[in-house]
Amino acid sequence: MIAGSFEKEGGDGDLPRHEDLVDERLVRWHFLAALTFLAVSLLGGLLMALQLIHWNPLRGIELLSPGRWRMVHTNAIAYGFLANAFLGALYWAVPRLTLKPVQSPALSYFIYFAWQAVVLATAVGILLGQAQGVEWGETPVWIDPVALLGLLLVAVNFMTPIARAKGPLYVTLWYFMAAFVWTFLTYAMGNFVPQYVAAGTSGGAVAGLFIHDLVGLFVTPLGWGLMYYFVPVILRKPIWSHGLSLVGFWGLAFFYPLNGIHHFLYTPIPMFLQYGAVIATVAVEMVVTTVIINFFATIWGSGRQVVTNLPIRWFYTGMVLYFVTCLQCALQVTLTFQALIHFTDWVVGHAHLVMFGVFSLWLFGVMTYLFPRLLKREWYSQQLCEWHYWLSTAGIVLMFTDLTLAGIFQGYYWSSLQSWDVSVDGSQPFWIVRLFAGLGIIGGQLCFFYNIYRTYQLGPKPAAATASGEPIPATT
Amino acid sequence: MFESKAGVLLIGGLGFFAFAFVSNAVVPILMYRDLPEQTAEETVNANLMYEFEDLSRRFPEAFEKHYGQPTKENAAKALRLGRDLYIGEGCWHCHSQFVRPVSNESLRWGPVAKTEEYQNELQRPVMFGTRRVGPDLSREGGRRSNDWQAVHLFRPETVSTGSPMPEYAWFFDGDPSKPSERGLAVLTYIQWLGSWLESYPYYEDYQPVETMEAAP
Repeated sequence: MIAGSFEKEGGDGDLPRHEDLVDERLVRWHFLAALTFLAVSLLGGLLMALQLIHWNPLRGIELLSPGRWRMVHTNAIAYGFLANAFLGALYWAVPRLTLKPVQSPALSYFIYFAWQAVVLATAVGILLGQAQGVEWGETPVWIDPVALLGLLLVAVNFMTPIARAKGPLYVTLWYFMAAFVWTFLTYAMGNFVPQYVAAGTSGGAVAGLFIHDLVGLFVTPLGWGLMYYFVPVILRKPIWSHGLSLVGFWGLAFFYPLNGIHHFLYTPIPMFLQYGAVIATVAVEMVVTTVIINFFATIWGSGRQVVTNLPIRWFYTGMVLYFVTCLQCALQVTLTFQALIHFTDWVVGHAHLVMFGVFSLWLFGVMTYLFPRLLKREWYSQQLCEWHYWLSTAGIVLMFTDLTLAGIFQGYYWSSLQSWDVSVDGSQPFWIVRLFAGLGIIGGQLCFFYNIYRTYQLGPKPAAATASGEPIPATT
Repeated sequence: MFESKAGVLLIGGLGFFAFAFVSNAVVPILMYRDLPEQTAEETVNANLMYEFEDLSRRFPEAFEKHYGQPTKENAAKALRLGRDLYIGEGCWHCHSQFVRPVSNESLRWGPVAKTEEYQNELQRPVMFGTRRVGPDLSREGGRRSNDWQAVHLFRPETVSTGSPMPEYAWFFDGDPSKPSERGLAVLTYIQWLGSWLESYPYYEDYQPVETMEAAP
């Protein structure tokens, strides 16, 4: 029921009240857990960046080894930050869209604590040297079944209101429904098949599917689902084309799962499968273009909102960077590009652009929009909100540009058969710039953390001023 | 169908995922089903044994203490632990294990990677890797001595100027000449990489220790 999100719950006798649908404390808790793990991830990234330029102050300490922290860095951002932030946003969006509460509050809180335990155990396990040899799935093997059970409970909790919803389903809910199924299947596939079923090359094909599906079938559908929800809500107008959103969803659903092997081009994986993955990847780029067109047509006529409305600015910045990511993907996935840039920092730049430049930015937008509503007060400082935006955006754009260039240099150093140290020495300037780009990003998040803390300290305003669902001028 | 719950769940959620899994994962699994998967013991070869025995002579006290005699079974035991450490320390995030047929890689490292090289217990999950801060390691075995590898793990910059590789002091009891159980395991694993190749460097004339000692 699209209408639900546009109406004032509580003002209309027929509709359930917002308070009966959304457990705001849970949203808040998930956001705070997300930001805690974000801080952990940033520290891990910082340590790795310092190591590369010989400035690591903590060398020689086993539990702080950069190789282990690198895995904490990626796992904390995927399972700690993104998963928690998504869950928080889902607890807000799904009940408001379906006009039904989630399965059970008890289950919700159980999931909350279970998930934090899973992520913490993952971090501790990795730091103790128990990582599993699957990229993005380094979660120690003994935690995998627990995490999978958690994902199942998440699916049950949110599928209940979706199943009970009457009438045609809005596009956001297609994405969410598919994401619950995909995330569960992807996690099971990636963590169990290469470990227990298929060794060697065919296991590598599955690991490739997992790397890709984790972004494509867990993060991407949840992210776009939130965009299809929050953008029309904040702009107060419907999405431009329902037809295009159908194309976007079904195009993604069909082509995205076929991409995975493009992470292992020129390996012994059969060549026809590699070609298939390349073609499917280029197809995804076409689909993405339709989605981007749909969203830019939606904001057409309200373009000034990008300047005045901070959440909208976060969202559309992320979308521009999403388009850049996907365009880059369609190029870099070709065998021509791969020969040069595979294994280089180009790929690292791409990964940061996707995980931070797109999805983290979107979730910062969601948080910027929701925190005033959750805390029933305006932001302590608009200036700090702006600093958060500009430092994050400038930081990621600089990091992406820098690492992409570094990748091209490294690729040419290698193919020209120069001694290996030449590529390492030649990377140093880029790695130093990357450190400062990362410090910019960290600075932005510090502004955000401080702003949330001060906002929390302000004390709530009278409820009337910030009735949930009403736009709060603080963010405009 | 395209907007209904059943359509989204069954076609999009399950159907397309299953289609991709069958075409991208089941197909290669079936293609390689006749390639036998070797155990760690089966992958122990003469080249590796040369290095393993070299370890036992170079670091006799530590070797004796942790592995006893340089037998094939003990080599397999060291390989398993070495593989776990290679994963646990995240070595595979900065070192790949496959040589591509492009970018002059076969000139730098040796023969292009083949499927059968990965059909063994120690490539479960496969250690292809996706990033090279340091060089590919799939042809590292036999390329450098155990001494070099030990010093390099202990303090990379000693033997590799400007290397950004972290120090792995916890593989040693305070000194690169005293590798611990883990240190010996990692050294064995590194020397194992590529030991199965015809073009494995230097050690074609290998003969087991016993025969060498028995000779008058």
